[in-house]
Amino acid sequence: MNAQNFADAATDSTAGTERDIKMVARDVNVYYGPKQAIKGVSIEIPTDEVTAFIGPSGCGKSTFLRTLNRMNDTVSGARVEGDIRLDGENIYDSSMDVVQLRARVGMVFQKPNPFPKSIFENVAYGTRIHGLASSRGEMEQIVEQSLKRAGLWDEVKDRLNDSGTALSGGQQQRLCIARAIAVDPEVILMDEPCSALDPIATAKIEELIHELRGRYAIAIVTHNMQQAARVSQRTAFFHLGHLVEYGDTSEMFTNPREQRTKDYITGRYG
Amino acid sequence: MTFSVALLLILALGVVAWLTARGKAAAFATSARSHSRPGHHGWYVALWAGVPALIFLIAWSATVPGLVASETLSAPAAVQLPADPMERSAVMAEVRGIASGELAGGFHPVSEQLAPIYRSATTRFGWIGFGIAALLALGGGAYAWFRLTPSFRARTAVERVVMIALIAASLIAIITTIGIVFSLLFESLRFFAKVSPIEFLFGTTWSPQTAIRADQVGSSGAFGAVPLFWGTIFIGAIIAMIVAIPLGLMSAIYLTQYAPPTARKWLKPILEMLAGVPTVVYGYFAALTVAPALRSFAATVGIPGASSESALAAGLVMGIMIIPFVSSMADDSIAAVPQSMRDGSLAMGATTSETIRKVLVPAALPGVVGGVLLAVSRAIGETMIVVMAAGLAANLTANPFASVTTVTTQIVQLLTGDQEFDSAKTLAAFALGLVLFLVTLLLNIVALGVVKKYREAYD
Ligand SMILES: Nc1ncnc2c1ncn2[C@@H]1O[C@H](COP(=O)(O)OP(=O)(O)OP(=O)(O)O)[C@@H](O)[C@H]1O
Ligand SMILES: [Mg+2]
Repeated sequence: MNAQNFADAATDSTAGTERDIKMVARDVNVYYGPKQAIKGVSIEIPTDEVTAFIGPSGCGKSTFLRTLNRMNDTVSGARVEGDIRLDGENIYDSSMDVVQLRARVGMVFQKPNPFPKSIFENVAYGTRIHGLASSRGEMEQIVEQSLKRAGLWDEVKDRLNDSGTALSGGQQQRLCIARAIAVDPEVILMDEPCSALDPIATAKIEELIHELRGRYAIAIVTHNMQQAARVSQRTAFFHLGHLVEYGDTSEMFTNPREQRTKDYITGRYG
Repeated sequence: MTFSVALLLILALGVVAWLTARGKAAAFATSARSHSRPGHHGWYVALWAGVPALIFLIAWSATVPGLVASETLSAPAAVQLPADPMERSAVMAEVRGIASGELAGGFHPVSEQLAPIYRSATTRFGWIGFGIAALLALGGGAYAWFRLTPSFRARTAVERVVMIALIAASLIAIITTIGIVFSLLFESLRFFAKVSPIEFLFGTTWSPQTAIRADQVGSSGAFGAVPLFWGTIFIGAIIAMIVAIPLGLMSAIYLTQYAPPTARKWLKPILEMLAGVPTVVYGYFAALTVAPALRSFAATVGIPGASSESALAAGLVMGIMIIPFVSSMADDSIAAVPQSMRDGSLAMGATTSETIRKVLVPAALPGVVGGVLLAVSRAIGETMIVVMAAGLAANLTANPFASVTTVTTQIVQLLTGDQEFDSAKTLAAFALGLVLFLVTLLLNIVALGVVKKYREAYD
């Protein structure tokens, strides 16, 4: 994975000039039946940084995030227009296989959703589906490494055969992150990954996002301004389906260009 | 006669009570803020007027025949009655017939003498009951009427009566069930006094015809029920399930995961209509269409022991009948698996069918298993299809083309036609019924337990 070569390069996120771009979206429109949820959004997801999507409820953050790994395909009546590229390949092209796309662009959901299987099997799930491990030993190694990267290994190493649903909410969410990184994706999409968690579990996930940065391109939806400021280097502000402002997080939080962004960030808007 | 008049009278009194009490309450409801609404007061008085009188009337009508009979028997003419209880009751039946005018005269001379006594006693007791009921209605109504004040809590009282009525309604079902179980139990005990439980449960020969004459052949009276149990399991739990589980599960998966909403809207009710087809229709379908086809197939292929009434015919049709059960239980439990689970799997790059196989079905499995158990319990209790298509021969065979018999078929067989009510043959039906009941009960308990445990996992 080329992302790993840059693990250390992405320290100065505010430099803002030359950066590797993992995904590019151009003029994306998304419709749910007759209703347009995303209106002409263009954005670039950098390789070595965390991009935060913020905006009031219902503005289309989740919808846009889900276009990036074509999860909207599973919603009946949803239609996506525009051009979205992963390393230059159009992901909506007929030659793009969604199974492979989703192996490359993983996703973590708002509510932890471990499968009702053992911890081991949860992490091994994607690896099995994509046939990535050739032996039991290799599988064990992948599971261990993923759990370690997700910061969960020490807590579960003695009970890998317990059900994943028996873990605490924060542990479940880290298990879901481990499950996502087990297939070695290039991009990880997170939709409000901490909204169901308490402050301590939230802090752990944020710390984890810090550690994963550079290894994976990360896009995260959050309602928490402090969280966006803490974990991201780039921030995109959505409003009513439009991308209002997109730029360096530090810039945006100190000196927003748009009045709407300013109102939202300072809490004057919903 | 007086009974129905009394009933009408009580109802009329109730209506009057309701209207007047409501009027009274409405009058004082305007002056002060009362605890209950006028309607509650109306119902309170109406219930007091109606319920005690009705209860009395029902109890009275149950005791009147006894009172009338004993009065008739104590008449001087009754000494001429025959001593034999059977003849005695025959004469009493004549007396009743003459008294009610259905018979012009009796065979026994004394019945003509007793009839007028009987008739007058009936009328007298009828009027006594009528009077008491009317008094109760008036008295109850008056009592309640005078209790009505603006601060009286009629609503609480009425709600309590409603609750008691609901409890009584549910008790009726429970008590009936308990009654049935006990009657099964007692009759079975009588059977087990004649035939040892060991022979019944483990014997392999079933031939319930008992000899009427001592020299009759072929009527050994053997009560080994194993061939019946086997036949029941073979048809209901094996063949029917081999048909119903895959078809039901796959249709549930199609309906929940693949079918567009419009297809689902049409297909689901049609599938559920299968459950509404009367079983006797399935029965003749099995007996007249499926069984002959299977037999000629078996004959062509050369399978030995093929019979025109086969386990396979009954089992296949029963399996079709059971599909809606399995499918709707599976549908419910697959639909109960949270959408987030499905999304999680799809987002990992799993295909829809991988998601179904590896996540949805395992997560829904306890619910599906519960559904299957319920379906089995339904299948082994099913009667019409097997009576019509499975046959009567108590064979202990694993050949699906051969004829086997089931517990339900044999119960029908034992209880239809002429029989004495205390022969082992008749009583055997109760023992079979008891076994069937226990097994079905057990299956239901296990199934509900499994389903419940599963439900807890996602709440
Ligand atoms: N499956 C769907 N069918 C129809 N409309 C939808 C669907 N999902 C979302 N929408 C609509 O699209 C718009 C954007 O929704 P989306 O879920 O992307 O908002 P969001 O920014 O993620 O909000 P939140 O912060 O509350 O999660 C909303 O108006 C919503 O009602
Ligand atoms: Mg959202």
